Amino acid sequence: MLEVNNLHVHLDTPAGLVKAVDGVSFRLESGQTIGIVGESGSGKSVLAHSLTKLNPEPPATYPKGEILFEGENILKMDKKRLRNLRGKEIAMIFQDPMSSLNPVFKIGRQLMEAIQTHQKLSKKEARQKAIELLIDVGIPDPERRMQDYPHQFSGGMRQRVLIAIALAARPKLLIADEPTTALDVTIQAQIIELLKSIQKKYGTAIIMITHDLGVVANLADRILVMYAGKIVESGSTADIFYDTAMPYTWSLLRSIPRLDAAGSERLLHIEGHPPNLIHPPKGCNFHPRCPFARDACLQTDPPLAERGTNHSAACILSKPEFDKEKQAVAEWKGVLLS
Amino acid sequence: MLNYTIRRLLSVIPVMLVVSIIVFLLVHLTPGNPAFIILGEDASPEAIAKLEEQLGLNEPLYIQFFDWIKQVITGDLGTSVYSAQPVTELIFGNFGPTISLMVLSLLFILVISIPLAILIVSLRKTILDPLFTNASLLGVSIPEFWLAILLVLGFGVTFPIFPVAGYMPLAEGFGPWIYHLLLPAFVLALVEIGIIARMLRDSMLDSVNQDYTKTARAKGVRERDVLMKHVFANALIPTTTVLGATVAGLLGGTVIIETLFTIPGIGQLLIDSIHRRDYPVIQGVVLFIAAIYVLVNLIVDLLYAFLDPRIRYD
Repeated sequence: MLEVNNLHVHLDTPAGLVKAVDGVSFRLESGQTIGIVGESGSGKSVLAHSLTKLNPEPPATYPKGEILFEGENILKMDKKRLRNLRGKEIAMIFQDPMSSLNPVFKIGRQLMEAIQTHQKLSKKEARQKAIELLIDVGIPDPERRMQDYPHQFSGGMRQRVLIAIALAARPKLLIADEPTTALDVTIQAQIIELLKSIQKKYGTAIIMITHDLGVVANLADRILVMYAGKIVESGSTADIFYDTAMPYTWSLLRSIPRLDAAGSERLLHIEGHPPNLIHPPKGCNFHPRCPFARDACLQTDPPLAERGTNHSAACILSKPEFDKEKQAVAEWKGVLLS
Repeated sequence: MLNYTIRRLLSVIPVMLVVSIIVFLLVHLTPGNPAFIILGEDASPEAIAKLEEQLGLNEPLYIQFFDWIKQVITGDLGTSVYSAQPVTELIFGNFGPTISLMVLSLLFILVISIPLAILIVSLRKTILDPLFTNASLLGVSIPEFWLAILLVLGFGVTFPIFPVAGYMPLAEGFGPWIYHLLLPAFVLALVEIGIIARMLRDSMLDSVNQDYTKTARAKGVRERDVLMKHVFANALIPTTTVLGATVAGLLGGTVIIETLFTIPGIGQLLIDSIHRRDYPVIQGVVLFIAAIYVLVNLIVDLLYAFLDPRIRYD
């Protein structure tokens, strides 16, 4: 359904050219869920916005690559076609539900706008549809709540409203850009459950952008790990969690606590800072922070290479080499490996 | 809302009291006195002293003040020492031209600055934006009286399209009324157009990259609707503050414009009364202007609640 080929997105800032997305390729089949994981500044949000060309231009430019949605290149669409795509075929929800709703319009108006942009419905029909959407996303007393303003809703409820807005035209693909980051943990879980149930009900494909591996663990079919504008590992959720083949992914996993290993594992943090994308490091972008870096890593920037069926990683270490290194470093750091 | 309005209206009282003290002192501490001016330069000191006694000007200042304030509370602003007409009558007699001038100016401001700001914001990625920013700075920097003279020269003398002075009441017909007012109202508006357009542009640019506009764009809403609905509704809130100050500023501006175009309004009444040291009229007019100022600010605050649902006054 969606095919991204060698996508480059540059941001032309006063400080220099930021290669925010630097040669990303992936495919998404209809009904599938992909998780895109990476830390702040890895380019995951820019990538997400590129999929409907929502990055402000300037500073964003798209020098290379293509985004094929059902065979049509999104980057080449004119404004009218793009408007028709946004919301109707690809919808988005954003990180901060507090600021993503217009503070001076009633919820009902904002929902009905989403409905009437793509469907020729009377005001009455749109209103009815809006109420159904609010019921769908679990907002109690929807008829009365239609008359309320965003500030009268809690964060979790606002994200539900935003999900309702995104679902208004029954899109084929829902892009969720860190939809749970601004919410507290119990609400996070509710929102993820909601997304899961929506997917089950409507068969919507989902691209879930997050910095939290835990969020995608029980939602995504496949995971892409992004670092410094590139995909450094991609595979099924099981591959990523249990058969990690890239030091960055491994470091990410080692830095989050796991209930099943509580007390037996020491958490490792990733040293250093995310790289400067205006002047990225020579060779592999991750080498300054990589516990397994060697001289060769300064010279070559390894491409994504097969590590198994539908599993690839960008590292000069082969699978057996990497497993040996993991063992050594883990022992040295006093980490018990399961 | 009603509670708030009543509270705000009551708070006018102390403000007016302070204003009246300041006005009273300013007027009475200025050199010159009405008796002298009424009787002319050749009057004998005895005659002046006699008239001062008649007018109560020989009493101590605080007694004069309390006598005046007692009257004011009953709604009587006193009598002009020059024309012997009640001050309230003078004010209401001169208010027509002033309010006409202000309303027409305000209309100019809104009709020109709002579309201008929207146009500039929609052309924000082009060379026009810095051009406009500098032009508006220029507009704000031009003194009103100088611009007025230039426009009178241009459109009243060189190309005699508009009358250079005078006023026709609305009762004489809409045509003559607006014909006499267009030029002064435009001059009065010009400076404020720059300020309002600039303010609205800045607020709109501030709002144009907010998350909610991203949501609107992601819905597939047309860029024009994003600007005209989502961005505009939010940008109106800060602009309203400035608009309140503008309306109040217009009242000050009318003093200059009425003098330049010889329009018999409140401003001219004030200037003439200052020349004549006509204390009751000066005091009355300044008090009246202050009251309008406070009222305009109250209206702005009430407008806020209407424009921004997050603001509630109860």
